[in-house]
Amino acid sequence: MATNYVSSAAAQHHPRHGEVLLDVQGLVKHFPINQGVVFKRRVGAVQAVDGVNFQLRRGETLGVVGESGCGKSTLARLLMRLETPTRGKAILEGRDIYSLNGSELRRLRRNVQMVMQDPYTSLNPRMTVGDIIGEPFEIHPDAAPRGDRRRRVQELLEVVGLNPEHINRYPHQFSGGQRQRIGIARALALRPQIIVCDEPVSALDVSIQAQVINLLEGLQAEFGLSYIFIAHDLSVVRHIADRVAVMYLGKIVEVGTETEIYERPTHPYTQALLSAVPVPDPRARNHREIIRLEGDVPSPANPPSGCHFRTRCWKAQDICATQEPKLTPRQADPHPVACHFAELRHPVR
Amino acid sequence: MSAPAKHHLLEVKDLFVEFRSRDGVTKVINGVSYHLDPGETLAVLGESGSGKSVTAQAIMGILDMPPAAIPSGQILYNGVDLLTLSEEKRREVRGKEISMIFQDALSALNPVFPVGWQIGEVLRKREGKSRAEARKRAIELMDLVKIPASKQRVGDYPHQFSGGMRQRVMIAMSLAQDPKVLIADEPTTALDVTVQAQIMDLLGDLRRDLNMGLILITHDLGVVADVADRIAVMYAGRIIEEAPVFDIYEAPAHPYTKGLLASIPRLDMRGQELATIKGLPPNLAKIPPGCPFHPRCPYAQPICREVVPAKHVLGPRYSACHFAQEVVTSGN
Ligand SMILES: Nc1ncnc2c1ncn2[C@@H]1O[C@H](COP(=O)(O)OP(=O)(O)OP(=O)(O)O)[C@@H](O)[C@H]1O
Ligand SMILES: Nc1ncnc2c1ncn2[C@@H]1O[C@H](COP(=O)(O)OP(=O)(O)OP(=O)(O)O)[C@@H](O)[C@H]1O
Ligand code: SF4
Ligand code: SF4
Ligand SMILES: [Mg+2]
Ligand SMILES: [Mg+2]
Repeated sequence: MATNYVSSAAAQHHPRHGEVLLDVQGLVKHFPINQGVVFKRRVGAVQAVDGVNFQLRRGETLGVVGESGCGKSTLARLLMRLETPTRGKAILEGRDIYSLNGSELRRLRRNVQMVMQDPYTSLNPRMTVGDIIGEPFEIHPDAAPRGDRRRRVQELLEVVGLNPEHINRYPHQFSGGQRQRIGIARALALRPQIIVCDEPVSALDVSIQAQVINLLEGLQAEFGLSYIFIAHDLSVVRHIADRVAVMYLGKIVEVGTETEIYERPTHPYTQALLSAVPVPDPRARNHREIIRLEGDVPSPANPPSGCHFRTRCWKAQDICATQEPKLTPRQADPHPVACHFAELRHPVR
Repeated sequence: MSAPAKHHLLEVKDLFVEFRSRDGVTKVINGVSYHLDPGETLAVLGESGSGKSVTAQAIMGILDMPPAAIPSGQILYNGVDLLTLSEEKRREVRGKEISMIFQDALSALNPVFPVGWQIGEVLRKREGKSRAEARKRAIELMDLVKIPASKQRVGDYPHQFSGGMRQRVMIAMSLAQDPKVLIADEPTTALDVTVQAQIMDLLGDLRRDLNMGLILITHDLGVVADVADRIAVMYAGRIIEEAPVFDIYEAPAHPYTKGLLASIPRLDMRGQELATIKGLPPNLAKIPPGCPFHPRCPYAQPICREVVPAKHVLGPRYSACHFAQEVVTSGN
């Protein structure tokens, strides 16, 4: 690995045209709800992920946004094969990852890595930083010869902007932002192609968030990594993502380039979500047209029929209760959206 | 400054708070001053550990002393120093004059009692109201915070409410005794954006309709820009800058505030690399000498390592930076 990793971020910012790396088709994850102590009876299911399709290209960042409980983390765990899907496929290098086992599965695990949300609990407090970052080499001994590992770990520390001399320290001796860097170093150890980041900066202070975002962007430019970047902060996602998928109750309701989603959203939910984001400029106060959604997100155990969003949608008609809108390009704008009455909001933001 | 009396509604004056333990003394609040008038929203901004909540707890009189101690300072409510009152007198102020919504509100509700019972509790216990009276008032308060179908829901339990609705219940509880000052400590951090917006609207309406003074503690620069009249920025247990909201976003007068504003990704500005504040938040056990921000400050000069900067007053605002004037004129 070269050492000057974090420099040329701006030069190669957001490469657009790589080949398709990952093709997710009709992914579904239902968690059964059981009742009864001795004889468990299935009484329903939490429809956490409910028919998700998307493609991820080499060197691209796909942002995934949506409110709490809409299925973002479940999607991440499915892609890591930490959960088995109820239905659906995810094709990586021509193979469905859910049909792999043995050595093929281990290869997959090398190729797809994850950075977790909580830098305070996701690292084992009893392991040194060196052991944490080097652990993937224990699981995949062929990735680095034993004698070479310490040096590799020190390189990784340097890559993420930590002092290589701190290899023997423990997680509690680092700040939140530094711990998130440790998590990133660990994810990089096996030189993956894809990194799934589940809320990687949400737990960090504003002044530290920017450091971690810049690091992720620099590493992407250097290694041609692809990211799936999950966050509920729409401003952060706009900053880092090339394409964005908006989720609501287990489904993608709108997907498009960063510009399409942020400047020409056609789904009422996306429009409401964007309008609610506070702008850090008091002059915007009375110039923003905020769409106030009524109520809360319904339970994913019992989602509304037809369009899941209809209970909060101000445009809902009878058809919305009976017919599920497909995620498909519509007249209003060429990017795919799942709404019978998709239209540009005017004036847009 | 509409108050006819010469006092502010609430004024914290040169407050110091420390925590004493076997390992020594940690000075977490080091001379904080701010004030609040009726109908006004003061936002207190600052990163984790800067002392926002401890200051609020000192105002409320709910710090555990020991380990906490207040070696000096005043907390004036309508001109009376709360720190000199007996615990009994302070209890009367708490809830009735000054009330607070807590950071971890969502877990603060008791799961085994109906929400209406919990909203009315303080009225039964402190104001001697009957069950029926307390229940009636609980329903009124639920209406005030816009919980739909209050009459039907007054007997429901916390788990039957969503996060946003539970936060409304907490707000209703804090308003039970018509306080004049409401301190909201990160009231929306645990909530989704669309629900966040609803709660901020609600707090804004209540402040206006009830003419309360609102102290909003947050680290979200977006929320602040939306609702605050004035902003106090905390760093290492001090207020390093205070200004009317428009001034601060237009031209911060402290390098820390300036760095914060530059480092947030903005929906309306898709930039390239984000500006960062180098280094780490200070360790309170060893706050750097001189200006506490100097190890991270791009403007730092030798004097900053030695001399604690005084407040530089610039019209309606001040900044605790030796070079406040230069920073403010360099713009945003
Ligand atoms: N192991 C599980 N068993 C049952 N239900 C689950 C399980 N994991 C997740 N769920 C449910 O699935 C839904 C989606 O959860 P998920 O964690 O994917 O949401 P999320 O979008 O990541 O939310 P957040 O923004 O709060 O992290 C939720 O209703 C959750 O309660
Ligand atoms: N009971 C306590 N004993 C010892 N130290 C404490 C105690 N409560 C708070 N502190 C310390 O006081 C400092 C200020 O804490 P405070 O809770 O006011 O921060 P804050 O600005 O509210 O941060 P956050 O944004 O994380 O809520 C922190 O360093 C904290 O560790
Ligand atoms: S399909 Fe109907 S309910 Fe759903 S978002 Fe569109 S208009 Fe609203
Ligand atoms: S006093 Fe010096 S170190 Fe402190 S903020 Fe001002 S310029 Fe920076
Ligand atoms: Mg999640
Ligand atoms: Mg706090």
